[in-house]
Amino acid sequence: MAIVAHHSRFSKIAWPVLAWIVALLFFFPIFWMLLTSFKTDADAVKPEHLLFFTPTLENYANMTENYDYWRFATNSVIASVMATAVTLFVGIPSAYAMAFNPSRSTKDMLMWMLSTKMLPAAGVLYPMTFLTKNILGIFDTHFLIILVLSLINLPIVIWMLFTYFKEIPRDIIEAGKMDGVSTWGEIREILIPLAWGGIASTALLCFIFCWNEAYWTVRLTTTDAATLSKLIEGNRAPEGLFFGRLSAVSTAAVGPIVVLGWFCQKQLVQGLTFGAVK
Amino acid sequence: MGRILLENVTKSFGDAQVIPPLDLVIDDGEFTVFVGPSGCGKSTLLRLIAGLEETSSGTITIDGLDVTQVPPSKRGLAMVFQSYALYPHMTVRKNIAFPMRMAGLSQAEQDKRVMTAAKSLNLVDYLDRKPGQLSGGQRQRVAIGRAIVRDPTAFLFDEPLSNLDAALRVGMRLEISEMHKRMQTTMIYVTHDQVEAMTMADKIVVLQAGVIEQVGSPLELYRSPCNLFVAGFIGSPKMNFITGTEAANRHAHTLGVRPEHIAVSTQTGAWTGRVSVSEHLGSDTFLHVHETGLADTLTVRTNGEISFKHGDIIHLTPREEMVHRFDAAGLRIS
Repeated sequence: MAIVAHHSRFSKIAWPVLAWIVALLFFFPIFWMLLTSFKTDADAVKPEHLLFFTPTLENYANMTENYDYWRFATNSVIASVMATAVTLFVGIPSAYAMAFNPSRSTKDMLMWMLSTKMLPAAGVLYPMTFLTKNILGIFDTHFLIILVLSLINLPIVIWMLFTYFKEIPRDIIEAGKMDGVSTWGEIREILIPLAWGGIASTALLCFIFCWNEAYWTVRLTTTDAATLSKLIEGNRAPEGLFFGRLSAVSTAAVGPIVVLGWFCQKQLVQGLTFGAVK
Repeated sequence: MGRILLENVTKSFGDAQVIPPLDLVIDDGEFTVFVGPSGCGKSTLLRLIAGLEETSSGTITIDGLDVTQVPPSKRGLAMVFQSYALYPHMTVRKNIAFPMRMAGLSQAEQDKRVMTAAKSLNLVDYLDRKPGQLSGGQRQRVAIGRAIVRDPTAFLFDEPLSNLDAALRVGMRLEISEMHKRMQTTMIYVTHDQVEAMTMADKIVVLQAGVIEQVGSPLELYRSPCNLFVAGFIGSPKMNFITGTEAANRHAHTLGVRPEHIAVSTQTGAWTGRVSVSEHLGSDTFLHVHETGLADTLTVRTNGEISFKHGDIIHLTPREEMVHRFDAAGLRIS
């Protein structure tokens, strides 16, 4: 008994301490970025000014005046919102069909969709650029970015929705059929209200993925459809001369999504552990 | 109207044929019960009629109309599920009104029918609750209410009472029977409980491995089961089966005697045996008799006043006119 009690007292202290250490470790780069964003570019590289410096808003002012932060931010919002909407619009009916009217190839199809995520994106960089720039002429348009973001997120969204929909008793969907509901009515009246929590988690996660996507948004845009990822990329200099400016841009880019994530913590945790907890 | 006709209907899941070619007529206004052990295909058959499963071949006709390819929502049937399958996000009122809303009925008509159904099912006080706040029996009533308001061609019940406790089950059984007498609508009812089948049905369809073993009224099945399976399935306690010389004496391979058709005596009788267990139910006593030389155990049903102990020797005499005879293939010899 004594050993057990001692053990539990130890773990009562040790685990939280460990958790805090890990959390601080993860948080440190963000904290550093936040601090650096209030330093001048000169202060940013000096170790003696790591924690103590004269704060300045110069970087933020510069960002909005010279770099048109709001245009990039607007593009990010447009791209992420629209891509999430398109993904759900296609994903909900697809996941519904696979969850409630599975065929022999449903499992294979799900695996195949997931396998597309295993392909390195760089593998299709040249064809994508050539195709969109020289043949389709949609390079650097909202349409292209929304399309690309939708397509890369569709597999994971369908997987998540499929898992949520699977938890809805089949009888309820069949009761709907017997009650004279059309397929679309079933999705609208029964499926969406019942899976609302899951759909919200999925949408949130999809939005975050879209917002953070950098590989394609950087390479398939120049100015018109450029998102915040592109803005950060544009402020990167190998010499490391503009750390202050870069940090300000990065903070302004990740800020909205961190705040959103903070407010939707519960939904997110549910979304990320889907299927694991019942 | 609600005459349902199945012709040459089959159903396969992959390579496994669960329903071999099957024909069945369900007449308008009839209360038909599909009964059989679990896995006999009775639920699958009901789901084929509902349209929730596609037939592999054959045709299903409702009131002369071929509905084989018609989706369930357009067949005009209402179904009550074993799990009740209520919409958990809607109140009782919305659950009941749902099929009418989908059919585009006016709000006034919806309200009127919801009230009528709620009154007849004692649900008036619960209309604004969600299904999660109701007991099993109340949920079942809501499910029935949702079926009634549509004024369907036929009602389909898929083991609707098996999730209820014994007392509620008897009550709901009566209510459904009364509902049928009042509405005179075709009802198809699936159960594995032969007591439900016997008490509710106009017509019982006994199924085994997807094959219809016998179709008939409850008393027909009780009095003249066409084979050993039906004989053993209908009736409680189960019919006794006797093989060997006793059967051969009566020119049969197997004899069937129901426990209630055996007279008990302490002095004389056709057969003799030793009581192993005697179960007192109050009104009846079931005696399990060993060492008869006829079968492992003979079950005898006597009145509740008679009391025998373990080890007592008793004499048994079957009522000759109630002895069923079956041939080597298990078919009835008449």
